[in-house]
Amino acid sequence: MVEPTSSLTAHLRSFAAGAPAVAAAFIGGEPALALADGAVVIGDPGAERRVAAHPDGAILVVARDGDSLLTGGDDGRVVRTSADGGLEEIAEEKGRWIDALTAQAGAIAWAAGKQARARDAAGAVKSWAAPTTVRGLAFLPKGYRLALAHYNGASLWFPNAAAAPTMLEWKGSHLDVSASPDGRFLVTSMQENALHGWRIVDARNMRMTGYPAKTRALSWSHDGHWLATSGADACVVWPFKDKDGPMGKAPRECGVRSARVVKVAFHPRALVVAIGYSDGMALLCRLVDAAEILVRAPGGGAVSALGWDATGARLLIGLDDGDAGLLTLPA
Amino acid sequence: MTDASLDKIPVTVLTGYLGAGKTTLLNRILSEPHGKRYAVIVNEFGEIGIDNELVVGADEEVFEMNNGCICCTVRGDLIRIIEGLMRRKGKFDAIIVETTGLADPAPVAQTFFVDDDVRGVARLDAVVTVADAQWLSQRLRDAPEAKNQIAFADVIIVNKTDLVSPAELREVEARIRAINPYARLHRANRCDVKIEDVLERRAFDLDRILDIEPEFLTVEDHDHDHDHDDGHHHHGGLKHYHDEDMQSIAARLEGDLDPDKFMPWINRLTQERGPNILRSKGIVAFKGDPKRFVFQGVHMMLDGEPQRDWKPGEKRESKVVFIGRDLDEAAIREGFLACAA
Repeated sequence: MVEPTSSLTAHLRSFAAGAPAVAAAFIGGEPALALADGAVVIGDPGAERRVAAHPDGAILVVARDGDSLLTGGDDGRVVRTSADGGLEEIAEEKGRWIDALTAQAGAIAWAAGKQARARDAAGAVKSWAAPTTVRGLAFLPKGYRLALAHYNGASLWFPNAAAAPTMLEWKGSHLDVSASPDGRFLVTSMQENALHGWRIVDARNMRMTGYPAKTRALSWSHDGHWLATSGADACVVWPFKDKDGPMGKAPRECGVRSARVVKVAFHPRALVVAIGYSDGMALLCRLVDAAEILVRAPGGGAVSALGWDATGARLLIGLDDGDAGLLTLPA
Repeated sequence: MTDASLDKIPVTVLTGYLGAGKTTLLNRILSEPHGKRYAVIVNEFGEIGIDNELVVGADEEVFEMNNGCICCTVRGDLIRIIEGLMRRKGKFDAIIVETTGLADPAPVAQTFFVDDDVRGVARLDAVVTVADAQWLSQRLRDAPEAKNQIAFADVIIVNKTDLVSPAELREVEARIRAINPYARLHRANRCDVKIEDVLERRAFDLDRILDIEPEFLTVEDHDHDHDHDDGHHHHGGLKHYHDEDMQSIAARLEGDLDPDKFMPWINRLTQERGPNILRSKGIVAFKGDPKRFVFQGVHMMLDGEPQRDWKPGEKRESKVVFIGRDLDEAAIREGFLACAA
């Protein structure tokens, strides 16, 4: 890594994505941005290709599946975009929106309203209707098991089992959901500017509160010991190493500024988190000493997408005003 | 309004009891050549006869907020849909939310006060209620939802006037006025109202609170009005009813208010009496402030902002309106008047 307090802005190549970014990822080594206008832009700045994944729709939700990008739109379609720009329609929910989407090891899950569907790597689709609209989906790291966030809690569903899903209850509206990489904890973001967590083995509740805004970005460190979150004027990082998770512990804060943190993405190999702010600024922050490195100076829209490549050598940044940037870390 | 609030997408909430004519109004709005593009949030697909509009199906998921506010319910589906609609920002000019006939308008309206993300992009323009001229009087007796919809309204369309006599029409309008004297009333057959009378109302209707006393409120007719109109619909012949539980209170104060008295007073009033206060609105003059302060509220939720400057020669005064159940009129008046600067 570079020395702290230095700037990497000279290594950021800006380009115009052409529409607000919804998500950023690397597929087959190529940077890829999913855009609100239904397009996916693939390739290095200057050589990027535009693929109309949802020609008549807006992209609402995005998940990376290996070397392809999955997008769910307000056209009711789930579409796979490959690194070469090839498109494949995975599903269509006629007249609905795709509200949630996730993927893991070839398995894909999506939800439209209360209806959740899981498709295994072989293509078999199973369905379950949640008690209320499903707002978030995440596969647990082990086994073919899906977590669904909805009103008054989250459900854990084995799509291939006949048994009814188990419900983890907590009053309120649960939005995004994420499982810790070791599979011990489930965390949701909530309508009430808070996170809620459960230790899955005993459904023990964890409340993570104090946010001035909703947390809509969650990112686990590569070792699974930390959870970086948006929703405050700093990146709030909760400790999950111990068996009790963050219970009774204070979170760390890094990248404290007078602008709202809206996107966070942990580096895939180091305890460094990329932080995107509402004023367009982006930072890298090292967890051990909170040292900061500027990636993008404030200006333009809000950061709306952040994604690292597999080795952590490149970071793709998308903004909600259609601007974008590709950071290549100096070797 | 301030520039910031003009940038926000105006949202019109369309209510009305079963069969009153909401879908007729919606189809009329969507089919007229007004050049505006609407995103429409409906409860049931299929009723809308227009294809080329952005129509979204909703589930009316009413959620309680865990914020210690007992009457604070929101429409969770609406928060999600508006977030999604913003992906198409710039492709539509306004949002219309249709509610089911049995819906309480409060959760819909509160969504625009409670959720910061929604508040940041959208503003509640008006609650428009379609009332059935023939059946409303009866519904007001047997359906609390119908009464809430009238009480909540900024604009009321008295529809199907061709099915009632002039006397019956005056009767139903008097019943409406007993509950909500401040809404703008329009008579219609098959919801044939001017679009501009229904949509983008906010600035007009809040100003109107200051201008008109409830005693002088009358129905606003159109050029194409009806045979049974007696030509004396201004002032004359308006019966006065007192609704047995729903009432409205308006209080006016000439000169300035002390914000350090008014803010705690209105916050305490809405916190303590919130469950019974359906709507609150006002335009007030704060001492030393060149701008008019405008607020509106739903139950315990209040939202206010400085609006335009008081014009030279314009009388600085403050007026507040409350519509609700079992309100202590004397105490509210006294409390308001005690906020004088």
